[in-house]
Amino acid sequence: MCGGSVTKGKVSIVVERCKSCGFCIEFCPSHVLAFSSAFNAKGYHVPHVVHPENCSGCDLCGMYCPDFAIYGKKNAQGEKQ
Amino acid sequence: MSAELSVSVSNEDLGNPVEPFLRSDRMPHIWCPGCGIGTTVNSFARALIESKIDLKSVALVSGIGCTGRVAGYVALDSFHTTHGRAIPFATGLKLANPKLNVVVYSGDGDLSAIGGNHLIHAARRNIDLKVICVNNLIYAMTGGQTAPTTPDHATTSTNPYGTFEPAFNLPHLVEAAGAVYVARWTTFHARQLSRAIGEAFQKKGFSFIEVISPCPTLYQRRNRLGDGLETMKYYKAMSKVRTGAPTSEVGLTMNGEIIVGKFVDRNRADYQTMMRAQYASSLGEKFVELEAVCS
Repeated sequence: MCGGSVTKGKVSIVVERCKSCGFCIEFCPSHVLAFSSAFNAKGYHVPHVVHPENCSGCDLCGMYCPDFAIYGKKNAQGEKQ
Repeated sequence: MSAELSVSVSNEDLGNPVEPFLRSDRMPHIWCPGCGIGTTVNSFARALIESKIDLKSVALVSGIGCTGRVAGYVALDSFHTTHGRAIPFATGLKLANPKLNVVVYSGDGDLSAIGGNHLIHAARRNIDLKVICVNNLIYAMTGGQTAPTTPDHATTSTNPYGTFEPAFNLPHLVEAAGAVYVARWTTFHARQLSRAIGEAFQKKGFSFIEVISPCPTLYQRRNRLGDGLETMKYYKAMSKVRTGAPTSEVGLTMNGEIIVGKFVDRNRADYQTMMRAQYASSLGEKFVELEAVCS
């Protein structure tokens, strides 16, 4: 990760539930996610994390995800990634 | 772009805050990619977390349709009733066990068409139910037929040359019938929706929350309105929050503005309070509380 900077949150993805709607990628306020070129078992392109250092752990991706396949969590205060 | 998935991806990681509210063995669900019903379930689950309600006191009832499947996916006491009969079933639950928080979670076709009479009479009697109506403007599960909520001249499978019937304005209907809490949000307003559901849990009486949701497979595709994501962007661009707006002015159109917000928040004696008052005044000492008889 970026030279000892403090990341505020972390996003986790349950790959096999994703249906590639793109809500999380579009509405992430800090543009953490992008579509990956890989497929899951059902043939959907799942999102992957491209800017983990920007994640604030706000869980807006988790609020929007209609498939319960992604969620953000805030890191414990001051935790270094 | 690399074909490798990021290291933070894990199939086993089920630490999602909504996970305890879901029957995980039923996942993945049957809703289409881009459908908004799952998003409303997220908001509902977070409203339950934030309002700290005892989950044993919550019963969820749904009717038939895409939204009706919610009853099978939540890890609460739930029942998937026959078409349109979610409100009568929920009324029975509430009358038999007044301590329950009864939620009716169903679609626009189920609640306002075949269940339309139940909707208006439950609002008139002010039965203490929380009704969450996911409105995708069409009958989705049965193949995209015109629903009472289909707006403008939208093309549907039963109106291939365009709908010509005026649509129901659901907030106006339930306000006129007597609901004490009426709000509308879209699936884009996930946090506001969650707050509205929390507020409805605080109200005693008939609460109605309409959630406008995309149906990318039938409504959006037939009307060339793009996919689920395009619809979410439309909600973002065209929604206007107008709290307290007169419900007569909040009708929906196909491409126009969507008025969202809390429209009605008032207090009125609910069905059971009125029933007790009536029986106590006419029967006097002969009237015994139901709970006293059952316990």
